[in-house]
Amino acid sequence: MHWLFEPGLFSNHTVRTALLVGLIAALVSAVVGVFTVLRGQSFAGHALTDVATAGGAGAFLAGVAPIIGFVGGGVLGAGAMDAIGVQRVKGRDIATGVVLGAATGLSALFLYLSATSSASTGATQMILFGSIFTVQPSTLPVVAILSGVVLLTIAFIARPLLLSSLSIELAATRGVRVRVVGLVFMVTLAVSVGLSAIVIGSILSTALLIGPPASALKVVNRFWLGAAIAVVLGIGATWAGIVFAYDSYYWIPSHRALPVSFFVVAFVVVEFAFFSVVHRRRRGRPATAIEDSSHHVETQWH
Amino acid sequence: MFSSFMTNAWLSGTIVAILAGVVGFFVVLRAASFAAHAIPNGAFAGAAGANLVGLNPLFGLISFAIVAALSIGATSRRSRSDVATALSLVLMLALGAAFLTLSTEYEPAINALLFGEILGVSSSQLLPVLLLAVLCVVAILALYRPLVFTSVAPDLAAAKGVNATFVEISFLLVLALATALTVPIVGALLTFSLMIGPPAAARLLSKHPARALTLSITLALATVWASIACSFEFNLPIGFFVGTFGAVLYLCARVSHARRAVRSVA
Amino acid sequence: MTTRASLDAPTDILNVKDMEVAIDGRVILRDVDFRIGASEFTGLIGSNGSGKTTLFQVILGLRPTVAGTVSFHGQPLARRNRSIGYVPQKVLFDPEMPLRARDLVALGVDGHRYGLRRRSRAVLADIEEMLTAVDADGFADRRVGELSGGEQQRVLIAHALISRPELLLLDEPLANLDPGSAQEIIGLLHRVATDNRVAVLLSAHEMNPLLPVMDRVVYVANGRVASGTTDEVVRPDVLSALYGHHVDVLRVHGRVLVVASSSDEDDRMVSEHPDVVVK
Repeated sequence: MHWLFEPGLFSNHTVRTALLVGLIAALVSAVVGVFTVLRGQSFAGHALTDVATAGGAGAFLAGVAPIIGFVGGGVLGAGAMDAIGVQRVKGRDIATGVVLGAATGLSALFLYLSATSSASTGATQMILFGSIFTVQPSTLPVVAILSGVVLLTIAFIARPLLLSSLSIELAATRGVRVRVVGLVFMVTLAVSVGLSAIVIGSILSTALLIGPPASALKVVNRFWLGAAIAVVLGIGATWAGIVFAYDSYYWIPSHRALPVSFFVVAFVVVEFAFFSVVHRRRRGRPATAIEDSSHHVETQWH
Repeated sequence: MFSSFMTNAWLSGTIVAILAGVVGFFVVLRAASFAAHAIPNGAFAGAAGANLVGLNPLFGLISFAIVAALSIGATSRRSRSDVATALSLVLMLALGAAFLTLSTEYEPAINALLFGEILGVSSSQLLPVLLLAVLCVVAILALYRPLVFTSVAPDLAAAKGVNATFVEISFLLVLALATALTVPIVGALLTFSLMIGPPAAARLLSKHPARALTLSITLALATVWASIACSFEFNLPIGFFVGTFGAVLYLCARVSHARRAVRSVA
Repeated sequence: MTTRASLDAPTDILNVKDMEVAIDGRVILRDVDFRIGASEFTGLIGSNGSGKTTLFQVILGLRPTVAGTVSFHGQPLARRNRSIGYVPQKVLFDPEMPLRARDLVALGVDGHRYGLRRRSRAVLADIEEMLTAVDADGFADRRVGELSGGEQQRVLIAHALISRPELLLLDEPLANLDPGSAQEIIGLLHRVATDNRVAVLLSAHEMNPLLPVMDRVVYVANGRVASGTTDEVVRPDVLSALYGHHVDVLRVHGRVLVVASSSDEDDRMVSEHPDVVVK
């Protein structure tokens, strides 16, 4: 196993913190992601990443832990989206894209100011593409508390959320406060985007949030089993990504380690491709027939 | 602001603005905002990859943008699942990040690729950029009628024997070229804002296609010129201004459109 | 339209009186009067856009009325009335959604409850029983999004019935079904409604499939309704008054056809029959 686990991997405190944070973030992202995919809100999740990026960049500029900025920006964004009623907005909406462009512009400003005003470098990589190896052990309690709150909230609203994801009309007639449940969920989504962002960076956080749940939901019919598989896939991709990134330092002659986020995203994509193939094989139907039946699944960009 | 080293910025900015105004107009018309968002990500990875192997970045930008455009074209007939596309786009960004890590690039280079750089086009590149831009505009003019026809009434166009696939692929290639030229100046993450903001605003302000197209070019020029000026004056990244001006422009058009709608009812 | 049968009876569960509904200031329904007795099967008949769905929304407490009263067991309507079950007109289930037919029925029990309590044995047995009652055993473990229209309809009925409502509302359940499946759903619905002693209010634009099972009819046209037994309502004079022009009612092979006549006879027709009172 020496080829896989390079020397010092597990005795390294940085790596241990990274593995722990990665575990928690992947767990929360997978659970929240299952509902996100189910509700067809992957675009909302994506839109939140743009706002979270600005938050993270702003936090970096202000010298605050990025997680605070990611989560703060995300929650503000979720509130704004609820206020103007774009929770279910789809990716083809030009208006949202243009407005989110302003958030990206703001990120550009903050990152530029961070680069020029302080001696610290690497803000861009750290915020956009993540750098889990720089997570301080002191951030762990924040991560743990946020995750605990998100998981408990999801457990609390799970059934009404499921019903309203299935049909708003059915949920409303059964007395579910659809709007409240939706808003609470958006806030948990924003927090998950933040957690995922500290692992793989804010503009890549969609991958951890959407990828493992989408893979799992392809092959199972049971919701909670799907969530469990998503958790396993998410943690698997994250841990493998961390280990490979650590190892890559030894592979490359120039000793330049590849980013964790690249490996995590790559593993998530491989998992998704694998499960898509399994899904098609199992159905025994031509691919086009399946895709046709999902014609109402809108495309998103980015 | 108009000193000699800024000449390239003004010239390339002007070329790119006209291009974005023209091509973006059809992006909005064809509801191809997905492609307009996806192709810059591919271009980003391409530029980073070219950097790594020491090629001219323009080559990386164009080749990756075209690959991205063609794969969108190949999958668009089967309706795509949003997850698959989201993941492949994120993968392109991650790939770009990995390339940049491997090469000896420093932060400013990454920032420039993502958020734009007014000096993003060198003198030696100005001529190729101009030629490619002219090629794009000529191609759009040649495609104009079928492009409008297949965008507005695909069924009627098919009945008339217009080859929709050919039109679509040609358009995506033009879009890829335009993107490759735009990314070095306004950045991969904000090319979308420039390509969509002004045309979407123009479409709200004018119903007449030709007038809307002219307006789209005008607004794109105004956005880029104002952004270059502000970027130079305040020494801040151009992407910030492009993103902000694009959104403000669009929102103003939205408000004016809504007001006119109210007045016409009353 | 007031007929003898619509006089209040002690067994009424739903009572609608002089009700008026408006959407954005436009009156959709006015002077609506009808009642539904316990365990009755009522057809709500009207063409598309006649206001049937709006009427359902009112009964579900999701839409306010402008005038009149709607009472459930003599009490004003509450917004979250779990004694009323509902099967919406079209629910587009995503085939990618990993939710089995069985899970949808289970959400009929606890879909509105917060927290994740385990479902008791009794509840699980109840779910099984309900799945069997609607003949859904064969596809209980398949994704709802993959089921045919008729199968989804049956699962939705089970979902609505499992919370033991007294009144079940179904909005155009036959709209997208072939005649065979429609017959099947009607028969099944009549059976489970009788077994569970549930009153049914089912909307449709065609009344013929419902004739064998319908106790009463509420006929919507022109923003008004006429109600009573089929024989009381489906008559040329009543329907002509409702439509505001002359219509004929033909009975052929046990089927009912409502046919409009040419327009200049209309006014004469109504004015010659002052005894036809339309509110």
